[in-house]
Formats: sequence, structure tokens, C-alpha cells
Amino acid sequence: MELLDLYLSLFAAFFKIGLFGFGGGYAMLPLIQQEVVEAHNWISVADFTDIIAISQTTPGPIAFNSATYIGYTAVTDMGFSTFHGIIGSAICTLAVSIPSLIIMTIVCAFFTRLNNNQWMRASLSVLKPAVIGLIAAAALMLMNNYNFIDYKSWIIFGIVFLASYKKVDPILLIFLSGIAGLILY
Amino acid sequence: MKPILKQYWELFLVFFKIGAFTFGGGYAMVPLIRNEVVKKRNWLDDEEFMDMLAIAQSMPGPIALNTSLFVGNKRMGFKGSLFSGLGIILPSFVVILLIAVFFVQFKDNPVVERIFRGIRPAVVALIAAPLFSLGKSAKISLKNAWIPVAVALSVWLAGVSPVYIVLVAILLGILHLAYIKRKIKG
Repeated sequence: MELLDLYLSLFAAFFKIGLFGFGGGYAMLPLIQQEVVEAHNWISVADFTDIIAISQTTPGPIAFNSATYIGYTAVTDMGFSTFHGIIGSAICTLAVSIPSLIIMTIVCAFFTRLNNNQWMRASLSVLKPAVIGLIAAAALMLMNNYNFIDYKSWIIFGIVFLASYKKVDPILLIFLSGIAGLILY
Repeated sequence: MKPILKQYWELFLVFFKIGAFTFGGGYAMVPLIRNEVVKKRNWLDDEEFMDMLAIAQSMPGPIALNTSLFVGNKRMGFKGSLFSGLGIILPSFVVILLIAVFFVQFKDNPVVERIFRGIRPAVVALIAAPLFSLGKSAKISLKNAWIPVAVALSVWLAGVSPVYIVLVAILLGILHLAYIKRKIKG
């Protein structure tokens, strides 16, 4: 019964993330963090940051990656088996995808009209700048004592920020900062 | 005409390939999808592709998933979108599941912890760095710069749910248009 409840709340949380996660990728992070870290305590902030790091170095969208990862760890952390964890993982991944499936099915049916619809464009006129704010919020929420433990963290942050701004490959940057961590700590 | 089953399989395979080779998600895969769907297979022409991309970005959910669902639906209807969607989901599902199962054992290893101490601030930098170029492409000006600032502060400091942000943003956009329309009329 306890397991079923957990599956249900995982499904509900990731369905919500899929439904209200506008702007893709990083813009979905504040919503994911609020649901899985703050509202349900399924993982810690540090673990959440590690998932993003894993996400940045593996294929696939961040929303899928965090759904798959959290679905597994939330279930196994409660003491259930690996098998139940895999089921949880599949439930979360499907839950985050179902809103897209429903919405894109509707959109495809009305495609030609919707694209030039002035109301559609009007609602996006505020939503697009808001998405930028959500990405900024994602960065601010992660600037906490778990991720920034001393001045060395800020030096790594500054260097990676500039390098990424200059279009250095993110996977290379993560790899190098991992080595930096090994040397510095 | 290829047999139906083969066409479903092709949809699955194309997006499986895209899902397996797109690192970092989202915008990184746009050229890859365009290459497969427009150039190689002629499933959409360039104009249709750009229109579809605009829609995929405006709807909730991962952009990669929305794009695959759209192409699948346009080619083979709802069932087609199930195959293309499954194709794009499966690679990352398998990879992350393997990491989740095995990473848990190494997580508390002191060497791994040192590596991640270096990586965590880098992750935050990678999220923050594209903000300026994204702001440019979203046409942020002095007139509407208050929107991202207000959103960032209310989510970060006040813990406002992005769900409300999204709903209010859509409502404000619609009200603004309604207001302009009334002004023109009256």
C-alpha cells in the first residue's frame, strides 16, 4: 500500500512537471526542484545538483533524466527493491511525457490555425520573457551552501561561466571541473 | 510504398538515434533533427520544420519530445507519435537507469565526493551562462526586462511555484491583447 502511494505521488508530481514545464530544459528546473526536493523530500539539494551534472553529460532532455533518476532513487531509498525502483523510474518517465503527448496530439489536429493565432502569440509574449526568469531562478536556487562550500567553488564558477560564455563544450567543462575538485579538495 | 510496420519502425529508429546522440538536450538537437527529418527523409520541408519548432518550443514539456511527437503524428497519426516518442525517450531512460542503479554505490565514496565538489559550481555556471544570449533571442528590452527579474525573484526568494508563473504570464499576455483591441475599437 505504501509503495502504491509512493508511485501515485511520483506520477502526480512528474505529470505536473510535464504539464507546466514551459521553455524546456533549464526553465523546468525550479519546478522540478520545488516538487522533488522541497515538497516531497525525495532527494537532497546536493543530489539534485548531481543529477543536473549527470544530465549535462548524458544524452536526453533534463526532464527525462531527472524523472528516470528520481523515480528509481525515491523508491529504493524507502527500502524497496531494485525491481520496484525500475518500475518507479518508468512511471516517472511516462508521467512527465504524457502531458506532451496529449497536447501535441491536439496541436497536430489544429496545426495550421494555431500557428498564426493572435491569442496564441499574445500569451507567448509574456511567457517567453518569464521563461528567462525561470532559468535565472534555477541558477539562483542552486547557489546555496551545498554547492558553494568555499571561495574555491566561486573560482570554479567564475571560470566555467566565462568559458561557457565563450562557447567551450559543456561536457569538457564538467570533466575539467571534476578534475579540479579532485585536486582542490 | 513501404509496409506499414516498417514505417513505424523507421520513425522509432530515427528518434532513437536522435535521443541517443543528443547531449545536453533541447536546442543542441535541432540541427540533428533537421538533418534527419528535412534533409535526409523529406518528411517536412524547411518552412514546416521552422513552424513546428516554434510550436514545440511554445508548448509545455521537453522540446525534443514535443518535436518527435509532432513529426510522428504528422507522418503516421497518433500511433506514429507513440513510436517516435518512445524512440526519443528510450536511450536516456536506459542510460540514466544504469547510472542510478550503479552510481548509488559510489555516491558516498570520498573520491567521487571530491570530484562532485568541483562539478557542482560548474553546473550552476552552465545554467547561468546562456542567460544573456537567451535574453537576446527572446527580445528582452528595457521595457519588458521587469518580467524575467520579477519571475526570478519571486521564485527564488518567495518560493512562488512556476505553475502560477506560467498561468499568470499566459493570462497577462491575453489581457494585454484584449486591452489593445478594445482601445482600437473604442
